[in-house]
This record gives sequence, structure tokens and C-alpha cells, in this order.
Amino acid sequence: MILDLARFTAVERPYWEELESVLGKFETDPGLRMSLDQVQRLHYLYERCSADLARLDTFSTEPRLRDFLESLVSRAYSQIHETRARLTLRWKALLRAFPCAFRRRAGAFGLAAGITVFGAAFGWFAIRYDPQAKAVLMPFPGLMEPPQQRVAKEESAKIDRLKGVKATFSAELMTHNIQVAVLALAAGITWGAGTLIVLFDNGVILGAVAADYLGAGQGAFLAGWLLPHGSLEIPAILIGGQAGLVLAGALIGWNSREPRNARLRAVTHDLFALIGGAAGLLVCAGLVESFVSQYHQPVLPYSLKIAFGVCELAALAAFLTWTGRE
Amino acid sequence: MTAARKSALEIATPEGIVFSYELATPVPRALACAVDTVAWLGMAYSAGRIATGAGFLSPDWASFLGVTLYFAISVGYAIVLEWRWCGQTLGKRLFGLRVIDAHGLRLQLAQIVLRNLLRPIDALPLFYLAGGMTVLVSPKGQRLGDLVANTVVARECRREIPDLEEIAPAKYNSLMAWPYLARRLRTLASPEAVHFALLAVSRRGGYQPLARVELFADLAAYFRSLVRFPDAALEGLTDEQFVRSVLRVIFGPEGRI
Repeated sequence: MILDLARFTAVERPYWEELESVLGKFETDPGLRMSLDQVQRLHYLYERCSADLARLDTFSTEPRLRDFLESLVSRAYSQIHETRARLTLRWKALLRAFPCAFRRRAGAFGLAAGITVFGAAFGWFAIRYDPQAKAVLMPFPGLMEPPQQRVAKEESAKIDRLKGVKATFSAELMTHNIQVAVLALAAGITWGAGTLIVLFDNGVILGAVAADYLGAGQGAFLAGWLLPHGSLEIPAILIGGQAGLVLAGALIGWNSREPRNARLRAVTHDLFALIGGAAGLLVCAGLVESFVSQYHQPVLPYSLKIAFGVCELAALAAFLTWTGRE
Repeated sequence: MTAARKSALEIATPEGIVFSYELATPVPRALACAVDTVAWLGMAYSAGRIATGAGFLSPDWASFLGVTLYFAISVGYAIVLEWRWCGQTLGKRLFGLRVIDAHGLRLQLAQIVLRNLLRPIDALPLFYLAGGMTVLVSPKGQRLGDLVANTVVARECRREIPDLEEIAPAKYNSLMAWPYLARRLRTLASPEAVHFALLAVSRRGGYQPLARVELFADLAAYFRSLVRFPDAALEGLTDEQFVRSVLRVIFGPEGRI
């Protein structure tokens, strides 16, 4: 086919420029919403430029013009053929996305909880049958002393040992715990093996601490210490693990005929919602741990702390169970 | 993972059009990553100084601000920039790279977040070794974060419409006096030769005089061999003028010649 390139360019250029200007608006404002007329016009321009590119394919002397049209068509294609729902960065939408994703992937949460319980059982029995394992299973200086000694010290403390560093402490807790949750998610890339290790390890520490304090008859102290922040922190880490297991499931693809790319694409938004929700919970848990959990009887009665923790847990369970339900 | 590494990502649209993205190679990606590391460390340092400066109000809350800002910048730098700059960070912009969806679709915030949250795994055990190895063996040059998020890093090649005034100013063009031959020349000239001629004309000021004469003589000989114009059309034209006239024939709107 002989194409009168000069005439072709002169006639089509206004359409290319119009399409480029519309795409420019989209690219500078990802949240731009168009009216129906504008969408129809965009589609017309895209089809017209596609047809121009197809015509140019038979005319080989114009590499730069072809590159230009290719670039234009590819940019328009990415806007027009996108069928995934656009994630809206609004509080209401984000607050609904998290529990909805949690419920959709509840099986993975169950598995994460199961692995953690298994780890906790291991830690429990390890401490009960071999108390010397404490140094290996709970390598934290604050947990090394006998529980009775620590409880007596905390309850008789005359000065606030966190005075002047509470906010810093909470920031360190938040960032560390968020890193653990992200690690539990990211380790899903190892077909879930890394996530299982992170969850099991957390479970072992929890079980070992519980065995140590309950064995010493300090159940009230343990519940008063762990429940206020643990009722948010432990579910958040489990949700991080849930996200890691969802990722692993998409990589492995049991009982799925879809290719790996399609499986991963199907879980992307849920992973984002889960890890975002977990991070939010861990920010709250960090503040509670620093400002509430570290204060014991007589400053804060255990009954009050336990009631506070139970209320948090109930509120979280209600939020995850009911929010966003149709 | 075992397929040969591709240099371009080809996308076929339902309209029957095929377009391609040139995939970024590991070296520019590593350099962009180095620039980004310096950038976010610089930002984190500045944030730390600001937080320290706020210490006169409350040293504890100033320290809180320092810790949280450092964390937010280290995690959020790439996420925020790739989201606001459509797949680019400072380093990627500097080296002409862009993160795109592996299917050519619009890049989503969730994809950006995931590819960046997997950086700690890509960085294992040191200096992005795991991610670097994956880039080398993956067919589309994807690191682990890209594989999970379904993204690729492409070289940016946003093209402009050729600037005809720069290539060949709109003056009288003797070749256009024979429109049938001009159209024949358009059809026969190879894309590579036209592209080469474009480069030669746009860079003509930088050549040594003798090399310039030889280069345009070769190009003119090639174009003359395609179509034989009457002597009257070529009279008084140097080889360089002839090549520029040829480019005007190929690119220029007829009405202005």
C-alpha cells in the first residue's frame, strides 16, 4: 500500500495531540474521573490511533512516527483496558477493604493461627520440661529473671522507668512489629516456608512466656501485661502471616488452572488490604503497649487492664466480622 | 524462569495492534537503586535533623518523630514516588526507567506497595543478591517483588513527533516537482536508512568536515540508487542538501513544499 504520509500526518495529527493531552491529564492525576462523553471520546481516539498505527505498519519508512504512535497507543491501552477496580484512597473504602479481604481469606488466617498455636504448644512444653531452654526460647533481657521477682519489682516500683521515653519506646515497638508483619507477608515468596517459620517462631515465644508465668502462678500479671496490646498485636502478626500464606497459595496454585500471573493478580488487592490493616493495628498496639501495658498494679489494676484488652479484642473481632458485610 | 531473557515486552491488544516496551537491563536498574538509596537516606537524615530540632519542645516526642519518620521514609519513599510519578522514582527518572504493569495495563497502588514491600527479601543476603539473580534469570527481568506484583521495569521511550523544521526547513524542494517519483522514494527507502539519515542531519554540526562530506555522499548515493530523479531536480544540490530534501519528501506535508 502506498500511503501519502504527509497528508496522513496532517489529517491525523490533531487526533494524536488530543489523545496525548487526555492521557497527560490521567497520568498527572491518577484519581481523575471522566464523564460518559469524555470516556466515549477517549475510546474513539484510542481506536483511531490504533487504526493509524495499523496503517503505518504497512509503510516502513517512518520509524519515528511509528514509535510515537506505539507509545501513544500503549499509554491509552493501559487506561482503557484496565478492568480492575480502582483503589480509592478514602478512609471509608480502606476501612471496608481490610475486613472484606480478611473474610475472603479466612482459611489462610485459620492456618496462620493454627501454626502459631502449634508453635505456642511447642514453647509451652519446652519450658515446662526444660526450664533451661528459657535463655534460648526467650532471648530478651526483661524475661530472663524469674516471674515472681519481676512481678514484685514492677508492683513495688516507685518511679516510672519509662518516664521521658514512652513515645520513643512506642515508635520502636510500632516499627519493629510492622517489620515483622511485612516479613511474614514477604516470606510468602518462599512458597510459604518463610511465613510458617515466622509464625511458628512467634508462637514458640508466646507459649514459652505463658508457660513461664503461669507455671509461677502469675496468670493475672501475664494477662494484665499482654492483653491490652496483645489483643491487637497478635492478630496483626497473624494477619501478616495470613497475607504471606495467601501469597504462597497464589504461587503454588493448588486446584487452579489459571497461570501464575493471573493467580497473583487476583490476590494483589487483598494482600495490600491485609498488610495495610495489620500495620494500622500495630500502630495502635505500639501506643497501648508503651502507655498502658507497662503499668501494673497498683497504678493500673489488673482487672481494668484485662477488661480493656478483652474489649479491644471483642471490638476487633466485631470489626473484622461485620464491617463491609452486604 | 528458564526461558531466555527477553529484551522487549510485547503486548497484543484486542484491536490487533502489537506494541512493545524495551525492558530495563540490570545495570541501569542497579544505578537507579543506588541513587534512590542515597535520596531516601538524605531525606531520612534531613527528617532526623528536623526532629532533633523539635527536641526543645519534648525530647521524647522529638525522638518518636525521628524514629517514625525514618521508618516512613525508608518504606514509603519508593511507594509514594512510584504512585505519584506513574512508576518512577528519582533514580528511575534519572536513568529513564519506569515501572509498568506486566500486561501493559494501568499500574495500581497495590502493585506498587507489594513490589516495594518485598524489597527486604530481594535484598537478601546482601546488596540485592537474591533480587539481582532473579532479574538475570527471569525472562522479563523481574526481581521477586516484580514477580509477585506483576510488574516489569521498562526503559522509557516517550516519542515526540519528528521536528521537521529542524531536520529540513520548509523551503523550495526541487524533488517535489516530480511528485510521482517523490512518492516512489517514500515507499522504497528503508526505515533503517531513513533513521540513519535523520541522525546524520540532526548531528551534522558535530562531524569533522571531511567525515561529514563522506557520510552525506554515501547517504545521497543510497537514496539516488532507489529513484532516479531528472538532472533538473538535482542541479546545484550538494549531497547534504539532497539528503535533507529527501527527508523533507519523506516526512513533510506536501502543501508546504
